[in-house]
Amino acid sequence: MLTFIARRVIGMIFVLIAVSFLVFVIFIVVPGGDPATRIAGKNANDQLIENIRHTWGFDQPFYEQYWIMMKKTFSGELVSYTNQTNVAQEIKAGIPATFSLAIGAAMIWLFWGIVVGIVAAVNAGRSTDRLVTILALVGISMPVFWLGIIVRYYLAEGGLVTWFPDGEYVPFTTSPSQWFYHLILPWGVLAVLFIGFYGRVLRSNILDTINEDYVRTARAKGLNPRRVMLSHVLRNSLIPIVTLFGLDFAAVLGGGAILTETVFDLHGVGQYAAQSIGSFDLPPIMGVTLFGAFFIVLFNTIVDFVYAFLDPRIRPT
Amino acid sequence: MAEKLLEVDDLHVQFATEDGIVHAVDGVSFELERGKVLGIVGESGSGKSVTAMTLLGLTRGVNAQFEGRIEYKGEDLLTMSEAELRRFRGRELAMIFQDPMTSLNPVYKVGKQIGEAIRTHEDIDSRTTRNRVVQLLRQVGIPHPEERVDDYPHQFSGGMRQRAMIAMALANNPDVLIADEPTTALDVTIQAQIIELIGRLKDEFNSSVILITHDLGVVADVADDIAVMYAGRIVEYGTKRQLFYDPQHPYTWGLLGSIPRLDRPKPDRLASIPGSPPSLINLPQGCKFRPRCPHAFAKCIEHPPLENRVAGTPPHLDRCWLTVEEKRDLRDLTIHGEAAA
Repeated sequence: MLTFIARRVIGMIFVLIAVSFLVFVIFIVVPGGDPATRIAGKNANDQLIENIRHTWGFDQPFYEQYWIMMKKTFSGELVSYTNQTNVAQEIKAGIPATFSLAIGAAMIWLFWGIVVGIVAAVNAGRSTDRLVTILALVGISMPVFWLGIIVRYYLAEGGLVTWFPDGEYVPFTTSPSQWFYHLILPWGVLAVLFIGFYGRVLRSNILDTINEDYVRTARAKGLNPRRVMLSHVLRNSLIPIVTLFGLDFAAVLGGGAILTETVFDLHGVGQYAAQSIGSFDLPPIMGVTLFGAFFIVLFNTIVDFVYAFLDPRIRPT
Repeated sequence: MAEKLLEVDDLHVQFATEDGIVHAVDGVSFELERGKVLGIVGESGSGKSVTAMTLLGLTRGVNAQFEGRIEYKGEDLLTMSEAELRRFRGRELAMIFQDPMTSLNPVYKVGKQIGEAIRTHEDIDSRTTRNRVVQLLRQVGIPHPEERVDDYPHQFSGGMRQRAMIAMALANNPDVLIADEPTTALDVTIQAQIIELIGRLKDEFNSSVILITHDLGVVADVADDIAVMYAGRIVEYGTKRQLFYDPQHPYTWGLLGSIPRLDRPKPDRLASIPGSPPSLINLPQGCKFRPRCPHAFAKCIEHPPLENRVAGTPPHLDRCWLTVEEKRDLRDLTIHGEAAA
C-alpha cells in the first residue's frame, strides 16, 4: 500500500515535470513567442528590448530560464509578463468559482447521466430508448458556448423570461442563495454535455452486462428484476463510469471548463487560462496548466483506488 | 411407481431474429421422476440448452414464442406469470451453467452469492445464512469452507467455482436440478469429479437431475434415461441401456461412432458425422437428419413421429423410418466402421 502511494507520488512528479517542460518548449518554439518584444510594447527600440531581455532573464539559456520559472512557480512568485500580477494569487482567486462550478455540475451530470443510462437501457429498442438517445445526442452535439449564450439570451436577458441572473459569480460566503442562483445556468449548461455522454456510455455498458452469464445466474436464483438490475447489472456497469467521471471531474476542477466560465463570466481558473492564452502570457499559462495537470494526476490515482475498491479482481492481495 | 415431478409436453420455442424465425425447440416431450437423472444429449444448436432454460423461463423475451406445456407438480410453468415463476426459480428448480468462470459475479464474495440464493426465498438472518452456506460449501467438497466463504470468485479455480455453483443451485434443496453442460469448460480430470458430485448430491438432496451435455460419455455414468436431440427435436428417447446397447436412430449411431475407441485398431482418421446441423431457420422437410444420413431413402421426406418402434418395455422411442431389422443390420457398420465389418 505504502509503496503504491510512493510510486504514484513519484509518477506524479514526473508527469508534472514533463507537462511543464512541454509547455515551456512549445512557448519558446512558437513564432512570436519572444516575451521581451511583447513586454516592450509597439514602438520599443532595440535597446529597451535588450534591457528587458536582461532584467527578465530571457538572455539566459533556455534550461536556465526553465529552472528559474519552476523555482518561481513553486515558491508562488511567478508573475504575469503582461500585467505583472502574481499568478498564484490569480489562480487562488479563481478557485472558489471554478470549484463551485465543477462540484455542482458534476453532481448533476453524474446523477442524470446514470438515470438516462438506466432508462435507455431498460427500455432498449423501444420508443423511450429512442427518445432518450436522441435527447442525449442533442445534448452532446450542442457546443457549450452556443448553448450558454442561448440560455443566457432566453432565460436571463429577457429574450423570453428573466428567471436567472446574467452571469457573474457570487461567493458562497457573501450570500449562499445568490451563489446558488447565479450558478444554476452554468451548472446546467456544463452538465448537459456530460449527461448525454455518460448516458450513452452507461446504456451500452448495461446492455453488455445484461448478457453476462452471472446475470443469468442471478435470474435463475429467482431474484426479482429490480434486484438483478441494481445489484448485479448496475454494480458492474458503473465501474467504467468511475474512470470517465474521475478524469472529467478533474479536468473541470483544474480549470478545464474554459468555455462555460467565459460565457458566464465566472472569473474562475478556466477563464483566467483563456485570457492568458489570448495575451500569449507564459507564466499564467504555465501556472494554470500545472494546476490542471495536478488534478488530472491526482484523480487518476484516486480512480485507481476506487477501482480496486469496486473490483476485487484488481485488488492487491 | 415413482412420483412424476416434471412433464414437458410438445414444447415449441421460436425466436424472431433479423434473419427469420429460429425454431430452436420443435415439439420436445419428456418426463422426469423423482430421484432420476435424465440426460439430454446433442450437438451445439440442437436446442438442448434452450429447452433447459425454458424450463426456468430464462428464455422469455419479446422475441420469443412458446407453445406446449411444462407441467411441474401439476402447475404449468410455461404460462405462469413471471412473478409466480420466480417462486420456483432457484427454489424448486435450480440450474447449473456451462461456464463457471463467468457464471459467478466477479464483484461479490462467493459466500454472499450463495447466500443470496437462500435469502431470496427464505427470510433468515445473515448469521444463519452464513452457517448454511459454509455447510453447503463443505458438502460440495470445498476445503476450509469457513475461510473460502469470504473469497471472491477469481480466488477459486474453475472446478471449485463449479462446485460453488452446485452449492448455490442446491442451496434451497430443489426438487429438480438442471445442469447445462456442467463439465464442458473444465479439465478432464475435474469433469469426472463434478459428475460424481452431482450424482451423489442428487441422492443426498433427494432431487432429480436433468443433465445436458454433448458428451455421451458424461451421461453414460449417471443418467437413467437419455434423450438424444437433433435440430430442436428429440430423435431418440429411452433408458440408458436401450440407448447404448440397442440404438435406433442413425444420428445416435453417429454420436456413438464418434467416440474414439482405444480398444480397437487405430483408424486412419477419427470418425465423425459428415455435414453439419441444419440452420434452424430453414429446416429440411421430413426427417431433419435426412441430409446427413447415409441411410436416407424416399420415405424420409415425410415427418417421422417419435414412436416406440422397438415395441418393448420400458418404451424406447425414436424418429427413424427404417425398420428395426434394417437398423440392426446397418448400425454396426456405422458405429464400428469398416474395421469391424
